[in-house]
Amino acid sequence: MNFKNFKLDFSNKNKDLIPQALTILFIVLVVVYFSINAQNNMGNRGISFGFGFLSQESSFDITFSLIDYDGSHSYARAFLVGLLNTILVSAIGIFFATILGVTIGVARLSQNYLVAKAAEWYVEIFRNIPLILQIFFWYFAALRALPLTVDSINFYDISFLNVKGWYVPKFIWTNFNLFFYSLVGAIISIIFVSKYAKKQRDEYGKQIPTLFLSIAFLLGLPFLTFLFGGVSLSFQIPELNQLSKTVYVYKGGVSIIPELISLALALSMYTATFIAENVRAGILGVNKGQKEAAASIGLTKSQILKLVVMPQALRIIIPPTTNQYLNLTKNSSLAAAIAYPDIVLVFAGTALMQTGRAIEIISITMLTYLSLSLSISVFMNWYNKKMAIKEK
Amino acid sequence: MKKNLLEPDKSNLVKYVTCGSFLVLLAFLDLLINSFLSTNLTSFLPGKVSFFTPLLFGLLGLHFIRIEFSGNKLLDKINTNFNSSNFNAILTLLVAFTIIKFTPPLLNWFIFDADFLGNSKDDCKSGGACWVFVKVWLNRFVYGMYPDAEQWRINSTFFLLFFVVGFYFFVPTNFKKYFIIFLLFIYPIIGFKLISGGDFGLKYVETGAWGGLSLTFIVSAFALILCFPVGMLLALGRRSTLPVIKYSSIGFIELWRGVPLITVLFMSAVMFPMFLPDGTYVDKLIRVLIAITLFEAAYMAEVIRGGLQALPKGQYEAAKSLGMGYWKMHFFIILPQALKLVIPGIANTFLALVKDTPLIFVVGLLELAGMVNLAKTNPKWLGMAMEGYVFAGLVFWVICYSMSRYSQNLEKKLSTER
Repeated sequence: MNFKNFKLDFSNKNKDLIPQALTILFIVLVVVYFSINAQNNMGNRGISFGFGFLSQESSFDITFSLIDYDGSHSYARAFLVGLLNTILVSAIGIFFATILGVTIGVARLSQNYLVAKAAEWYVEIFRNIPLILQIFFWYFAALRALPLTVDSINFYDISFLNVKGWYVPKFIWTNFNLFFYSLVGAIISIIFVSKYAKKQRDEYGKQIPTLFLSIAFLLGLPFLTFLFGGVSLSFQIPELNQLSKTVYVYKGGVSIIPELISLALALSMYTATFIAENVRAGILGVNKGQKEAAASIGLTKSQILKLVVMPQALRIIIPPTTNQYLNLTKNSSLAAAIAYPDIVLVFAGTALMQTGRAIEIISITMLTYLSLSLSISVFMNWYNKKMAIKEK
Repeated sequence: MKKNLLEPDKSNLVKYVTCGSFLVLLAFLDLLINSFLSTNLTSFLPGKVSFFTPLLFGLLGLHFIRIEFSGNKLLDKINTNFNSSNFNAILTLLVAFTIIKFTPPLLNWFIFDADFLGNSKDDCKSGGACWVFVKVWLNRFVYGMYPDAEQWRINSTFFLLFFVVGFYFFVPTNFKKYFIIFLLFIYPIIGFKLISGGDFGLKYVETGAWGGLSLTFIVSAFALILCFPVGMLLALGRRSTLPVIKYSSIGFIELWRGVPLITVLFMSAVMFPMFLPDGTYVDKLIRVLIAITLFEAAYMAEVIRGGLQALPKGQYEAAKSLGMGYWKMHFFIILPQALKLVIPGIANTFLALVKDTPLIFVVGLLELAGMVNLAKTNPKWLGMAMEGYVFAGLVFWVICYSMSRYSQNLEKKLSTER
C-alpha cells in the first residue's frame, strides 16, 4: 500500500469538527466517569438515585413558616416552606433596598454638600464590608442587645420589640376576598384609564389627570367595599402573658423573628448601595442638552423630570438594578449562617442531613436558583428589547 | 417703606447676616453642649419644644442669611452649597445634627470608655468596647489555628510576595515579564509548600489548622490566579463560531452565575465526594478552591468577554491579514488589548471574591469572620460579638476600600489614555 499520498483532509469543515468532537467527548467522559462513581458510592451506602424521598414524612420542625407545616408533612412540603421563606425575605429586602437605594442615589447628586457627602460615605461604608459580616453584626451583636421580653421597647402600645423578635398587630379581615377583588379591579381600571389617557393625548392633545384618577380608584373602590360589601378590619394586638415567675411571652399578633429582621436589614442596606450607584449613573447619564431642550420648549420642572429625564434615566437604571435584585435573592441564601429557615438551610441543610441524598437535594436547590435567575434574565432581555431606543 | 422682616435682601446685609449667623451658632452650640456635656440649655421648655429648639433656631438663622448675590464670597458659597432653599436648609441641619448627636456615644464606645489593657474579660469594666478581646485573640484572628512556632512561614510567604511585587516596579520593562511568570506559576507553588510543609524539614500543617486573615488572602489569591485562565478560555469559547463550544461555554457560565456561592460550596462539601471513586479523599481546602475558582471563572469570563466585544473589528482583521492563526491572534493581538480595557472589571471581580471568602465557613474552614464567630462562643469571652464583628468589619473595610479606590484611580488613568 502507498501511504505517501495519504494525508488528513484539513479542509475547513474538518478543522471545525475536530475541536467540537473533542469537546463533546470530554464532556461525555466526565459525565460518565462521575455517574459511574456516583452509582458505586450510592450502592455502597445502600441508597439508589431517585426523588421518591420527597413524599416521605420529614419529621423535623421549622421555626418559621408561612404555610401549615409540622414534622408529619413531606420533604416536598419542607422544600416549599423554605422556598416561600426565601421569597419572603427577598421581597422584603428588594422593597426596602429600592426605597433606600433611590433615596441615597438621589442624595448623592444633591447640591447640598453635606447631604451628598453623607450619602457617599453610606455607600462607601456598606459596600465594602462583606454581607455575611453585616448579617452577623445585626443578628449576633445589634439585635442581641435588645431588652428582654418583660421590658420590651413599646411603640404606642400596639407593637413591641424585644430580643425574641418584633411583635406587630395581626390584621383580622372579614370578607377579605371582596376587598382583594376590589383592589384587582382598581388596578385593572387604572391600566385602562392610562391607556385611554395616552390615546387621548396622542390623538387630540387632551390631558387627562391620570394620577388623580388612579389614586381615586385605588382608594375609592376598596372604601366602597367597606361601606357596602360588609368588609371589616380589626386588629389583634399582641399581649404580654406571664407563664411562670420569670417567663414572659407575647401572645396574639404576628411575631417577626430576629433572623428575618437582621437578614432583611443587612440585605437591603447592602444592596441599596449598589442600587444607589445605578440610580446615580442613570441620572448622570441623561444628556444635559435634553433638559435644556425640554426647558426651552416651555415644559415645567416637574414635566421635564417626568417626561424627559425619567424615561431616559430609567432605561439606564432598570437593567443593572434587576441584576441587583437577582443578587439579593441569591445572597438571601446566606440565611443559613444565622439559621433563618430558607431553602438552603431547610433543604440543603436539614433535609440533606436526614436523608443523605446529596446529589438529588443539591441539584434541586441549585436548579431552583438557576430557574429563578434564568427567568429573570429572559424577562430582562425582553424588556431591553422593548425599551431600546428605536432610531428612525 | 415697610419692610418684610422675613424677606432678607442685600440692602440690610450686615444686620441679617449677624442676626442669622448668631441664631445658627446658638443652635449648634445648644446641640454641642447637649450631646458632649449632656446638659440641656433649654430644659426649662416642655420636652418636645426643647428637643426641636435647635432645629427652629437654625432654620430661622439660615433663612436670614439666604441672600443671593450678596457680594461676599464666603456667604455665597455657603448659600449655594448648604442653604439654597428651605428644604435644603432643613436637610443640612438634620444631617449636621445627626452627626453631632451620634459622635459622642460612638467616640465613647470606641475610645474613651473602652478598655485596652488586661488579659481577660474581667479587665473590661468601663462599659465601652472591650478591645482586650481583640488583643488577646489577635494571633488567632490572623493565623487561625496555625501552630505558633510555625507562623514565621506564613509571614515569610507574604513578605516574599510584597518583596517581589515591590521589586517589580523598579526593574527595567523587559525583565518584568519574568516577574509575572514567577508570580503566576512559581510563587504559588513555593507559597503553598512553605505554608503546608511536609518537605524540606518543615513540619506538616494540615489545612484544617489554617485560618484567620491569612486564609482570606490565601483563598482569594489562589482563586484569582486559577480563575483567570479558565475565565479567559470560557470567554473565548463563548465568542467562538463553533456551535458546540459556544453553547457548552454559555451553559457553563450561566450555570455558575445562576446559583449562589453558598450552594456551590455545599456542593463541594457533600456532593463532590460522591462523584469521585470510593476512598479518594480530596483535601477540604482544595475542594473549596476548585469550587470558588469555577464560580469566579464564570464571572471573570463575562468581564473578559466585555473587553473582547469592545475591541474594534479592525484589530481582528489586521491580525488575520498578517496570516496569524486563531491562538496566535488572540494571545498576541486581541487579549493584551482586551484585558487592559477590563482591568477595572477584573478588580471588581477580585473585590467580590475577597468579600465572598467568609462563606467558606460552611465547609468548616474559618477565616477572619469565622474565627470571630468561634472566639465569641468561647465561654470565657461571651458577649464580645460587637467588638469582634466591628474589628473584622474594619479590617475588611480597609482592604476593600483601598482596593476599590485603587481600581477607580486605574479606571480614571486608563480612560484618559484612550
